[in-house]
Amino acid sequence: MRIADISLSKRDGKAAMNVLDKFLQPHGAALQLRQKRMEMLSSNIANAATPNFKAQDIDFSSAYRNAVTGFGALETTSPLHLSHPGGGVAEVRYRTPLSTSLDGNTVELHVEQLQFSENAMRYEASLNFLSDRINGLRKALKGE
Amino acid sequence: MKPLTIFDIAGRGMAAQKTRLNTVASNIANAGSIAGNKDDAYRALRPVFETVYPTFQKDAGVSTVDTVDVERSSRDPERRHMPGHPLADADGFVYATNVDVNEEMVDMMEASRQYQNNIEVIATAKNLILKTLSVGK
Repeated sequence: MRIADISLSKRDGKAAMNVLDKFLQPHGAALQLRQKRMEMLSSNIANAATPNFKAQDIDFSSAYRNAVTGFGALETTSPLHLSHPGGGVAEVRYRTPLSTSLDGNTVELHVEQLQFSENAMRYEASLNFLSDRINGLRKALKGE
Repeated sequence: MKPLTIFDIAGRGMAAQKTRLNTVASNIANAGSIAGNKDDAYRALRPVFETVYPTFQKDAGVSTVDTVDVERSSRDPERRHMPGHPLADADGFVYATNVDVNEEMVDMMEASRQYQNNIEVIATAKNLILKTLSVGK
């Protein structure tokens, strides 16, 4: 199993408990994962003509679950221990092509294009949700 | 190599496809050329692509493409009997290039589509980044 380090921005234990962080984290985590996935899909598209290149992707739902539950966090029993909030574990997998090509390349442009545009759309959706949360918070602070 | 951003990835993908388009243009331009012997005949150019991984991120699923070499096609040039041709050898033969124009046209279409795909990736990424910059406004 190959593990990509896509850990969310480094936070210390205290900041992770921050209320604001908790409020915004679900969409923030989704955005960061979507961005990483976009890089992977664009790598596939850039390598569409490279012999023996194998298209790669992550399973978004399991990666997202790992990110929000803080899967892989380091337990600290002493203040001297190093801490890591976890949540940066996503398994990179190879795509199984619908039809194989002679040069060993498994990039299928229509598949990548579809995934890319879907990913971009969902990125924008997460961005809108995040934006709404920030605006809602701002409204509450202003007390209008 | 430093970590890759989406612009590096798609930008180098475009550079690779552009090299491919350039070789296609050279090949088509030379499609009718004729030489006096086998070794002088023009042979079709083909770029060789290779995947490039950032140094510390080899397993992260992020990579781009590089043109490592431009090779000459190994197919033999066509031998034509044209005794009247000024370049003809002692037996009256000339050697025409091994460029297959149909093959080049197909290659050209593919390169151009893949170039467009990379442009689309950059345009989408740029759009999303700009939207992200104005989040909460």
